Amino acid sequence: MNRRRYVTQGIATIFIWTGALLTIAVMLLILFQILKEGLPVLRLSFFLESPKEMGREGGIFSTLIGTATLTLVAIVVGAPLGVGTAVFLREYTRESKMSRMIRFGTDCLAGVPSIIFGLFGFVFFVIKLNLGWSILSGGLTLAAMILPTIISTAEESIKAIPYSYREVSYSLGGTKWQTVTRVVLPSALPGIFTGILLSVGRSIGETAAVILTAGSSLVMPTSLFSPIRTMSVHFYILAREGISMKMAYGTGAALILFVLMINMMAQWAINRYIRRRT
Amino acid sequence: MQLQEKIIEKVLLLIAFSSIIILTLITFFIFEEGIPLILNVGLKAFLLGEKWIPSKGFFGIFPMIASSFWVTFGSLLLGIPLGLACTIFLSEFIPPFIATLFRPAIQLLAAIPSVIYGFGGLIFLVPLIRNHLGGPGLSILAGSLVLGFMTLPTIITISEDALKALPPSYKAGALALGATHWQTIWRVLIPAARSGIVASVILGMGRAMGETMAMIMILGNAVRMPVSFLDSARTLTTNIGIEMGYASGDHRQALFATGIVLFFIIMALNTLAIFLSKRRAS
Repeated sequence: MNRRRYVTQGIATIFIWTGALLTIAVMLLILFQILKEGLPVLRLSFFLESPKEMGREGGIFSTLIGTATLTLVAIVVGAPLGVGTAVFLREYTRESKMSRMIRFGTDCLAGVPSIIFGLFGFVFFVIKLNLGWSILSGGLTLAAMILPTIISTAEESIKAIPYSYREVSYSLGGTKWQTVTRVVLPSALPGIFTGILLSVGRSIGETAAVILTAGSSLVMPTSLFSPIRTMSVHFYILAREGISMKMAYGTGAALILFVLMINMMAQWAINRYIRRRT
Repeated sequence: MQLQEKIIEKVLLLIAFSSIIILTLITFFIFEEGIPLILNVGLKAFLLGEKWIPSKGFFGIFPMIASSFWVTFGSLLLGIPLGLACTIFLSEFIPPFIATLFRPAIQLLAAIPSVIYGFGGLIFLVPLIRNHLGGPGLSILAGSLVLGFMTLPTIITISEDALKALPPSYKAGALALGATHWQTIWRVLIPAARSGIVASVILGMGRAMGETMAMIMILGNAVRMPVSFLDSARTLTTNIGIEMGYASGDHRQALFATGIVLFFIIMALNTLAIFLSKRRAS
């Protein structure tokens, strides 16, 4: 019999296992290195003190506030737009030229690189609308960036709802809007929640678009029009300009912990959702 | 009641157009800012010029276009084999007890911020390249490797979807004909899912071409024509990212013009990928 094909299969299997394990190993190597150097820096005071002397001393408090407010603006603006789009695509229209156009636009938007969003946010929000480098400019730019994620996750979860749910609502005399708000959206909530969590993760980690629209000021923000520096931008500046490796590792470790936390929550939401569906 | 329903429908219609409206605004404003400079300098001089000295009015971005393609294709050399390996592992080889760990790990790969990857490249790869291969270490090679890694989530999730969408009869048929598991994967499943896999790679290219912050950290940012993988380089994205902070006047316009070129390349890649995955769906 031809044994060569079994030899080929053996070699391929080794290659595939090596590739898969290598990928995970490299990721873990990066994460562990940053956590190893960074975790000792993370004391409560690191989170509660603002950066001093460009970030050489003190903590990351103002950048935490910056990240949180920016993300909040992005979600508050982006989530209704995204969920609204998904509801329209699934409940108010059939496959048509228009819905295909909207999907194509969303797909294109998903592929636009963050630096382009940054340029756009800079001319449109910072200059033309005269919002300056601010939480508002940065948040609105991020809202545009996360829109495709929210739309696609919301659409997927609305799609998964059995049609009979809607039929029950209609047969009881419910209008379309009542059906959407009392039947469709509540059932789709876990999926929508997952999309929002993924978007929060993206907002926390985003740098290029944020630095061009929200600035990199270390001063504590006082209003939505204040410029801010997010944790990612702070980490980037500390590491790139070599201001303080110790603080860079600390900020990096905090960043990783937040992203891990959000990611685990999203996983949990997805699993819960799958269990409920089956 | 009827009126309220009508209003709600109109509002939702308007909301549904938000992504198209945003896309239009992005295109409009980037072009509005960048086009005057391109007209001033001349399209040919801008695209093919090799000198970038904003203070003296030289705006040639050819070295950056070339560098962008170098790092992107370099990233594919790592991204395609590793991405395919992970995809095949996920869909065909994975033992169930590892699946519960491996899948979340791949999702985590997508969630890690790009600055963390850039930092990882800076502390591990750059010294390694400088000490063992020579050059400044901050190089196209380092950039390509980091980008190859960053494109993995895109390549893996989309090509896995393509493999999953195949009818189970393909696999059953090949195995029934006496093919080994590997022959089934390599000669039946992968070719059948080809257009989806190609789409995933093209989207990965778009991701690589558009990455900015990680590249600023590890490419070294020198403006010159790339000659070797050990040279430092400046791409279209990093050119914008580095100089946008202080540019004004013509210089700023030139950065927007750089953005236009990047926008064209990425839109072409995206459209191609969307077209390929649509063909699969129909």
